[in-house]
Amino acid sequence: MMAAAKHKRGVVLTKEQRRIRRTRSIALALVLAGFAILFYLVTIVKLGPGVMNRLL
Amino acid sequence: MNRAGATRSAEVLPGFSDVADYFALLKPRVMSLVVFTALVGIVRAHGDLHPFLGFTALLCIAIGAGASGALNMWWDADIDVRMGRTRTRPIPAGRVPAGEALAVGLTLSVASVIMLGLFAGFLAAGLLAFTIFFYAVIYTMWLKRWTAQNIVIGGAAGAFPPMIGWAAATGSIGLESVVLFLMIFFWTPPHFWALALLRKDDYARAGVPMLPNVAGDAETRKQIVIYAAIMAAVGVLPAILGFAGIFYGVVSAILGALFVAFSVGVWRNDRGSKAEAAAKRLFAFSVLYLFLLFAVLLVEGMGA
Repeated sequence: MMAAAKHKRGVVLTKEQRRIRRTRSIALALVLAGFAILFYLVTIVKLGPGVMNRLL
Repeated sequence: MNRAGATRSAEVLPGFSDVADYFALLKPRVMSLVVFTALVGIVRAHGDLHPFLGFTALLCIAIGAGASGALNMWWDADIDVRMGRTRTRPIPAGRVPAGEALAVGLTLSVASVIMLGLFAGFLAAGLLAFTIFFYAVIYTMWLKRWTAQNIVIGGAAGAFPPMIGWAAATGSIGLESVVLFLMIFFWTPPHFWALALLRKDDYARAGVPMLPNVAGDAETRKQIVIYAAIMAAVGVLPAILGFAGIFYGVVSAILGALFVAFSVGVWRNDRGSKAEAAAKRLFAFSVLYLFLLFAVLLVEGMGA
């Protein structure tokens, strides 16, 4: 009975584990956003106005 | 057995390590020295690299250095746990699973090399890839546990950053960048042997064949003086070859003479607390020496 209830609830994280997972998720999001901005800026710096100069 | 199997604590779950622990895998203090020397390489090159691209090149070099640090910690987890200085690192302390450190190291290695190639050219990217390979494979996996010359040859890995910076700025390898490389290359042995004299027992426990453990303290002290003399001579080369100004020449000559004097101090004080104090003085001064030399080069380079 208890085992079935436990199985239904799945893995229950402790408060500390939830805090760590949240911090890690935020850090990953910030890193990914940072890289997106970095690539955008590098494109502008490297190509300048040429970024729009494409044959249609 | 899994390399870190003996050291990994049972309670650490993949995905539940603190962000600070992942950051510690990147060896931030080593990374700061790498960034600083690479910056000097970029500034001294006077290339036509846009300042923002210079910044991104530095970022890539820093990430590459961090990646090689993570790979080093992954491979060395079994000996890090046996040494007081390294016991608290994330893997031996059980805060990061070894497999995650490997994943972080490999991912960041590939990312930093590709990004540097796209942002600042493939010569710089190739040099960064070689540096990571040299540190993680040649030094960490091969030389470190095999020969007492480990840090002499392995020191090349730490000496490459200014050359990578130079290559990022100019797309070539100039004579000055080779001199910057040689300055760090000859600085590394006396710096690490001063530490090895202090941590001899640690290295013996871990089975790492550092020079004091293999050849003895007396031979190490002699080698420290020899390398310090070569390093002091190489340190003034930028001024002799006309890359740097008179101010740099005077500063490098004085600091080089002091470095040799501290090394002779280590050589002469070979017993008890005096020996320990001399080795500590040399170790501390060696950090200051390299920082000041590169700082003067940076300031002169920015003014030119």
